[in-house]
Amino acid sequence: MRAADPFVPSLFRVERVSRETADTITLALSPTQGTPPAFLPGQFFMLYAFGIGEIPVSVSGLSGEGPLLHTIRAVGPVSQALCQLEAGDVLGARGPYGSPWPLAQAAGSDLLLIAGGLGLAPIRSALLPALAERERYGRIALLCGARSPEGLPFGPEIGRWRSQPDLQVEVTVDHASPAWRGSVGVVPSRIPYARFAPERATAFVCGPEVMMRFTALALLGAGVAAERIFLSLERNMKCAFAVCGRCQMGPTFVCRDGPVFPYSRIARLLSLREI
Amino acid sequence: MPGQAPTAGEAIIDREGLQALLDALSARGFSVIGPRVRDEAIVYEAVREVADLPEGWTDRQDGGHYRLERRKDRALFGYAVGPHSWKRFLFPPQQRLWRAQRTGAGFAILEEAPPLDRWAFLGVRACELRALAIQDRVFLGGSHPDRSYAERRRGLFIVALQCGEPSGTCFCVSMEAGPKAASGFDLALTELLSPGSHRFLVEVGSPAGEEILGAIPHRPAGAADRREADALLASTASRMGRSLDTRGIRELLQDHPEHPRWQEVAARCLACANCTMVCPTCFCSTVEDHTTLTGEGAERTRLWDSCFTLDFSYLHGGSVRKEIRSRYRQWMTHKLSTWFDQFGSSGCVGCGRCITWCPVGIDLTEEARAIRASLPEPTHA
Amino acid sequence: MPDPKSALAKHPFFAGIDPAIVETLAECAHGVSFPAGQFLAREGEPASGFFLLESGTVALELHRPGRMPIVLETLREGEVVGTSWVIAPYRWSCDVRAVEPIEGIAIDARCLRGKSESDPQLGYELLKRFLPLFVQRLEAVRLQLLDVYGESPA
Repeated sequence: MRAADPFVPSLFRVERVSRETADTITLALSPTQGTPPAFLPGQFFMLYAFGIGEIPVSVSGLSGEGPLLHTIRAVGPVSQALCQLEAGDVLGARGPYGSPWPLAQAAGSDLLLIAGGLGLAPIRSALLPALAERERYGRIALLCGARSPEGLPFGPEIGRWRSQPDLQVEVTVDHASPAWRGSVGVVPSRIPYARFAPERATAFVCGPEVMMRFTALALLGAGVAAERIFLSLERNMKCAFAVCGRCQMGPTFVCRDGPVFPYSRIARLLSLREI
Repeated sequence: MPGQAPTAGEAIIDREGLQALLDALSARGFSVIGPRVRDEAIVYEAVREVADLPEGWTDRQDGGHYRLERRKDRALFGYAVGPHSWKRFLFPPQQRLWRAQRTGAGFAILEEAPPLDRWAFLGVRACELRALAIQDRVFLGGSHPDRSYAERRRGLFIVALQCGEPSGTCFCVSMEAGPKAASGFDLALTELLSPGSHRFLVEVGSPAGEEILGAIPHRPAGAADRREADALLASTASRMGRSLDTRGIRELLQDHPEHPRWQEVAARCLACANCTMVCPTCFCSTVEDHTTLTGEGAERTRLWDSCFTLDFSYLHGGSVRKEIRSRYRQWMTHKLSTWFDQFGSSGCVGCGRCITWCPVGIDLTEEARAIRASLPEPTHA
Repeated sequence: MPDPKSALAKHPFFAGIDPAIVETLAECAHGVSFPAGQFLAREGEPASGFFLLESGTVALELHRPGRMPIVLETLREGEVVGTSWVIAPYRWSCDVRAVEPIEGIAIDARCLRGKSESDPQLGYELLKRFLPLFVQRLEAVRLQLLDVYGESPA
């Protein structure tokens, strides 16, 4: 019996496409054969658009609950091709890969989920299981930032989360007109709004790297230990299992050792230019 | 196939015995790859006869310098290493990963067939055996073993060569990767040349090697043969062209990412990627996707890539390592330092190819020495 | 209107402050409230003091001819509104609009400046509490300037 080729994707059919923002969609994918693969929150898949190429995309849904959900922003050739897919179309996917959000480790503590822009997609994959087992955690606060109100993915769902009594939701944008009723200000400046006990809080942060760096500093300032702040990083990847070499950041492979890292492990690397 | 330590007594074969070895390998279905002269360099290609080997040639090497020269004797393996390394067979420079074909409702993936060739590598030096072992860890040691590498590697027969001719850029002794090949081969040859005598001491490293040796004309080696082989290896070890102080080198490089030396070397580095192409352990790759003209078919190809290209670290909007300074730092720090964190060993075997084939003669041993020399000794002893 | 002394002592901005200083501050403070939509301050007006927000949200806004005003930042209960009173020419540098009904404490700057001159300990306490605020807001503005969620993170 021949071993499986780790480079060969499996085929998935697009069940539905949900528009999140002007340039961002969520694909619901089901395998053309068998059941959807199990994954852990924060992991990613390599998605292949026929003839165009492959990119890493985080999971944004819940494992074992229907189709795989992937939220994609059209920024490059592959993501643009993926964003043009329609229900019924077929794409390739392989995975899951990478380190998950350490939800088990966070059990019993206050959970701070902090997202910037499209970073809400991987954060959502941690929020859903946390809400499904709400009793395992102390307070849960979700802090979402975006450039503008129009740049927020999962808008209707954020509305539903707001009405959840045991979940604090804070949404902030960098720029807005007076018509925006919500908060205006960068994510790190809104951390004081979140209700948590710093000595027993765990923070998951995903967003643009600069936003994550300053958010991590603000969390340190608020008294959260570096070992309990987790960031999800992004680098160029071709293989997703540490043989193409591209996603190296110092001694780490972001695909294998990450994408989720404790801040304590990568703080120094994050401060280095062009590492 | 290669086992751990030599399992049988040593033997002596002559030139005819070497031809018999090539024939025996062919008869067992192996395609023999060995050294040949091509384009004024010694490269690794198919060999059928002893006459294909680079008889009487040697290579003179230094930073940015490689020339073939005539030897005074008829040595068949009297050179060091050329621009090729064995990785090109197990991890091909260009390799189709799979094809896809449009079907009514979507598309189908067509996997690649297993490789047809079973290779026998002839003339693998200790540094190159170490490089193979390092690439084995990269491609096979992780959570997702590379199937094509595994399939190519599995059938391999290795005839090692105990190195008798180091080049001006060699430093395997510093890397503890040579010159003696102690394991990881099926057979190992030591070429013994003296006036009126041209013979090879044969060590057996595996049952497969033992079987082949039994099938070719040979005689038992004597103590004098062993002494001559030992003397040759000792001479090789004493004639290294370069050296590298590896004490604390992991910390030395990782702790000094902002050392001014990185800027100085970047002023000379052309970011041409030659060092990564000739390196026997560099494993980075990219992929390309192509479609047929009709758009009905697609394929994905893996190609050798280099951390010296801008595209290598591209992240929507720009490259992470824009400056050559950061790209050289990435390469050398990875090779000599972060490789330990990732794979438990150095990524360097001391073969010297990156020094020889650098168009401007950048020498990583010199770069490491300069960084070390600029720092107070106790920190990095 | 609650007693400004106890409100001052309870406000996060003055957490842990010496009760004697609260006594002094209270002499310059009075409770205020604003309905939603009302402006607490207008750009260019004399910055005669600052506000400690106890409930409600304000928006700091800049208006531009022919375009919608832009919200620079929102601030809410527990935060401080107004830093222009610290430096000459003591004029508000943006509009401050109540997004929600506001309850808070207004501190009179002229009163405070006078007391700070004669009571360096009061001045130092104020400095210690306003300086981090300036640094935090400067860092936030830098991050906002980067537009990290923008199309091309060039």
